[in-house]
Amino acid sequence: MLWKDFLQNRYVYLMAVPVVAFYVLFYYVPMYGLVISFKRYTPALGILGSPWVGLKYFSDFFQSYYCMRLIRNTILISVYGLVFGFPAPILLALLINEVRNRHFKRLSQSLTYVPHFISLVVVCGLLLEFSQIRGLFNDIVTWFGGRRVPFFQDPGYFRAFYIGSDIWQEMGWGSIVYLASLSAIDPQLYEAASIDGAGRWKRLTRITLPSLLPTIVVLLILRLGSMMTVGSEKVILLYNSSIYETADVISTFVYRKGLLEFGWSYATAVGLFNSAINLCLVVGANALSRRINDTSLW
Amino acid sequence: MVVGGNRFGDRVFGLCNGLFLSLLCAVMLYPLWYVLVASVSDGNRLMAHTGALLLPLGFSGAAYRMVFNNPMVLRGFLNSVYLVIVGTVVNLILTSFAAYVLSRKHLYWGKLIMVLAVVSMLFERGLVPFYLQVKALGLFNTYWSVILAFAISTYNMIIMRTYFLGIPDSLEESAKIDGANEFVILFRILLPVAKPVVATMVLFYGVARWNGYFYPMIFIQDRVKFPISLILREILVDGSTDTMMGGQGAMGDYARISESIKYATTIVATVPILALYPFLQKYFVQGAMIGSIKG
Repeated sequence: MLWKDFLQNRYVYLMAVPVVAFYVLFYYVPMYGLVISFKRYTPALGILGSPWVGLKYFSDFFQSYYCMRLIRNTILISVYGLVFGFPAPILLALLINEVRNRHFKRLSQSLTYVPHFISLVVVCGLLLEFSQIRGLFNDIVTWFGGRRVPFFQDPGYFRAFYIGSDIWQEMGWGSIVYLASLSAIDPQLYEAASIDGAGRWKRLTRITLPSLLPTIVVLLILRLGSMMTVGSEKVILLYNSSIYETADVISTFVYRKGLLEFGWSYATAVGLFNSAINLCLVVGANALSRRINDTSLW
Repeated sequence: MVVGGNRFGDRVFGLCNGLFLSLLCAVMLYPLWYVLVASVSDGNRLMAHTGALLLPLGFSGAAYRMVFNNPMVLRGFLNSVYLVIVGTVVNLILTSFAAYVLSRKHLYWGKLIMVLAVVSMLFERGLVPFYLQVKALGLFNTYWSVILAFAISTYNMIIMRTYFLGIPDSLEESAKIDGANEFVILFRILLPVAKPVVATMVLFYGVARWNGYFYPMIFIQDRVKFPISLILREILVDGSTDTMMGGQGAMGDYARISESIKYATTIVATVPILALYPFLQKYFVQGAMIGSIKG
């Protein structure tokens, strides 16, 4: 039975070889490598040869001053991102959907998602440039009678700029899926509602929003699954040591400690702690999604 | 929404909405416009200028001359082209292999491979162990580190698999009767049929490879091997144009146009993607659709 399957599908299995090799070499061997968070790893001794230290690095981390700061920063960026960033594409889709001129509709759609394709390096570089003391943002501040502030030297502004630029970059792209759901709504519903005397607001709350709800719920749940994840790539481009207070998140800490300061085991322990939480969140979010929506990630 | 279009309130709303969206589009595009305008502006005037920039301040191609004559930028550009081409080809081959294997319905080990792929999405491998593994494989400081370590994006692979599952079996059956093996079926029949999803993949992978900076930054040490994203990072984020200057020109000259050099390099690094944009737009949209629904 097994042998027959193998013979019959030998070319399929041949294709599977590099695929399995990829996952094993670049995912599962590194996952095994997570054991160094329980060892005092040194390159000379290797993963196997390094001595076990138990939970030392975990307790080091939990007792350190950084622990709470990193968790707080990571969660706050996620929460603000959820509160401000999540509704933005929905609102944009609703507004674009109200446009009657087809050309303008397409144009505004295409233009709003241009930023999605611009490299993070460029986006962050410009953001830093505009935020300088003599930069554009400060010029705008002075028009309104404010005083110039070096935004990226002051921990108080980091989150706002991080979330704001995220919205700028991803709002248009995120609206595509909502626009697709909106275009699937039967126009007869709107006509019938109008005949019955429903105004714009009624049509929005009684027809449009209920039709969007399933999409919103799926995307919201996915988002909840990543509440403890803030990628290091963007933060690394934007932060500097004077704003670590609000800008340093778990992933950037792991990068700094692990790859720049050679605290391999310590950084791995911090990363593992984070991955464990993420796993719980994703599994939980998926269970929730299965319950509410009958859709599952896997 | 055609009904009741002549009511006064509706027209006011339409007008405000149009104005708001126009403003929003302007905000989306302004940074790009700024970069373009600044890159051709006269260096001295640009340095002295504050506030919004709507039109070029003077006109000077000096920054572009400097950029095109700079070996680092040229080299970075070519490195990126190489990385995108080879990387995307590897991506396509491996992703379609994986998608094809996982779209077979009666494969004995199929379930296991699927589990392998899905678990890789759920549980992070850890940055440090990943780094050590790439080093252990001898890929450090080569392009193969980023090319191979990111050969498959599991999300993209699942998108492709879903598409394959939607292709009727009969197509494949008839090819099989003609004696075609699975490689022929995949490359000659499925991939041509799946053209929209292949185009989407090329875009997703290609753009990610062109724009990606983090892993090249970790894995590639030699400056001559830097892709353009890393050169750009030095110039734009770290604010050092001295790597650019490589001893050309007098100091004063250099400071004078260093601002516009930033922007000229940004344009050079961004234009390849924006140039493709109008042509590939319909695929972008399609891709975003499949992508956001599936995960």
